[in-house]
Amino acid sequence: MSYNINDKGYYGEFGGAYIPEMLYPNVEELRQNYLKIMAEPSFKEEFDQLLKDYVGRPSPLYFAKRLSEKHNTRIYLKREDLNHTGAHKVNNTIGQILMAQRLGKSRIIAETGAGQHGVATATVCALMGMECIVYMGEIDIARQAPNVARMKMLGAQVRPALSGSRTLKDATNEAIRDWINNPVDTHYIIGSVVGPHPYPDMVARFQAIVSKEIQWQLKEKEGTSKPDYVVACVGGGSNAAGAFYHYLDDTDVKLIAVEAAGKGVHSGESAATSALGREGIIHGSKTLLMQTNDGQITEPYSISAGLDYPGVGPMHAHLYASGRAEFISITDDEAMVAGLELSKLEGIIPAIESSHAFAVLDQKTFKADDIVVINLSGRGDKDLQNYIDYFKL
Amino acid sequence: MNRINQKLKEDKTLLSIYFSAGYPSLNDTVSIIENLEKSGVDMIEIGLPFSDPLADGPTIQASSTEALKNGMTTNVLFDQLKDIRKTVSIPLIVMGYFNPMLQYGVEAFCKKCQDIGIDGLIIPDLPVDVYNDQYKAIFETYGLINVFLITPQTSVERINFIDSISNGFIYMVSSASVTGSSSGFGDEQTAYFKRIANMKLKNPQIVGFGISNNETFTQATQYAKGAIIGSAFIKHLSNQGVNAITNFVKSIID
Repeated sequence: MSYNINDKGYYGEFGGAYIPEMLYPNVEELRQNYLKIMAEPSFKEEFDQLLKDYVGRPSPLYFAKRLSEKHNTRIYLKREDLNHTGAHKVNNTIGQILMAQRLGKSRIIAETGAGQHGVATATVCALMGMECIVYMGEIDIARQAPNVARMKMLGAQVRPALSGSRTLKDATNEAIRDWINNPVDTHYIIGSVVGPHPYPDMVARFQAIVSKEIQWQLKEKEGTSKPDYVVACVGGGSNAAGAFYHYLDDTDVKLIAVEAAGKGVHSGESAATSALGREGIIHGSKTLLMQTNDGQITEPYSISAGLDYPGVGPMHAHLYASGRAEFISITDDEAMVAGLELSKLEGIIPAIESSHAFAVLDQKTFKADDIVVINLSGRGDKDLQNYIDYFKL
Repeated sequence: MNRINQKLKEDKTLLSIYFSAGYPSLNDTVSIIENLEKSGVDMIEIGLPFSDPLADGPTIQASSTEALKNGMTTNVLFDQLKDIRKTVSIPLIVMGYFNPMLQYGVEAFCKKCQDIGIDGLIIPDLPVDVYNDQYKAIFETYGLINVFLITPQTSVERINFIDSISNGFIYMVSSASVTGSSSGFGDEQTAYFKRIANMKLKNPQIVGFGISNNETFTQATQYAKGAIIGSAFIKHLSNQGVNAITNFVKSIID
């Protein structure tokens, strides 16, 4: 059994491309070309070179000595927070901007929630001199002002999504509508392993660099390429997809996906999709999503803007349904405490998204000789105001 | 014979109207349908509102959101429509996104449609191949015609495939756009309308998206069997109310 995508674009029963006919030519063009383009030597060369010289890869795999002592196990941090623009998001945007160029596109659109993917997209558009339009919910624009300013400095146009709940899911709807209106010259850079096939697979492949590096880095440090656990937070799920990718079919390696429970899984203010969601269709993909009995998509909540997506990517829906990955929900409070602990023990302030992954250390007992790799997906600079408000700093 | 097929046989240009069920008020559904029929409309698309209507522009997004706020659900709609065939005889189509139907159960949904007297479905985000592989047999069991969309970007090969699995009409999207965004048709659209007409498909075509008045209706139907109006009708409903429906219809077909 494989946990990766099949030739029809499904992970088990999840995935596919549930899109209006208006999007079919765009998505089909991408589907027919993405693997071919990614396999071209000139593409690989340019992608690898940009990841090295521009993003700063490989990102270190760091043995966290004091954190390990505290939790009586062996903890490694995959330092995606040290990438240019401060998170794993840029791995994907570099890949997709090169893809867009080879498809002959001249205009880039993207959606963003907290603004991290928007910044990563605006960055690569500046790098390549391409027009960039980022859709962002009106409410998110108000609460993420620094990232809006960053995108503007990088030359992007930030357009408010005024429909529905005016947050990430609506920004995604607006980006999709833009693509319907501009089918020829535009490429849509989706920011996570969501959306219609081939997006979940393409984004996972661009993020797969994370687990590829973990394999050789761990081999150097521990003499084995296999940790006992890989832990990553999941909103849409792109950093987890990257950290899991090369271990998907190696069941010796246990995978832990960490979702945001918000104020508590059953509080009515949560983003724990695996616990609260049912199979359905969101943004062109059949997956698990939070919805009413009637099939209307509901608005999730998390203190972390990067985790409040009402679905998960189809890969993660399959990892959950098949039992391949363990899913753990972490509340706002547990995440904030874990973020503070990492700061004090290791001198690293994590993004609140990543803090959720660290909170697993308090929820689960690992053996003293277990090797636990935690994907530190982003840095905490963007969340300083949240940390200040929460801890009254 | 299905009412859609009967209607398509009539020697006239067809006007079809779309509205979002539950808007402007939750219980307007039946009176909107009855008024449309009385005003001379040939076919009606009853919009089942969805929280995330990807293919729709601002007008239908807003009417859908408002309808959901008013309390519209799949069950409420079916309940409102249970006696509709006592008063209305023109073809009725339910148009909605796939997720609410999936949650209701596709077969249960189709059965309920048949019980009520719904003649067809338009589901923009149910892909042609998924329908063909998984749902075609169910739709046929319950006598429902599924209507597929084509756009100016749809390849000839794909149009022929869609024609081969359709048994009513083809919904011809007038331009690369979401609903409600065009203001008049240019040479590009006319060329596309002509190109499709020349394909001599077995299913007649009805044009939708960007039709808002007599002029665009006339242009769109020069080469097609009929046209569908949605956003412009909803705007009229919000400004003039349910009682002024006849004025709108007359402004299009007189």
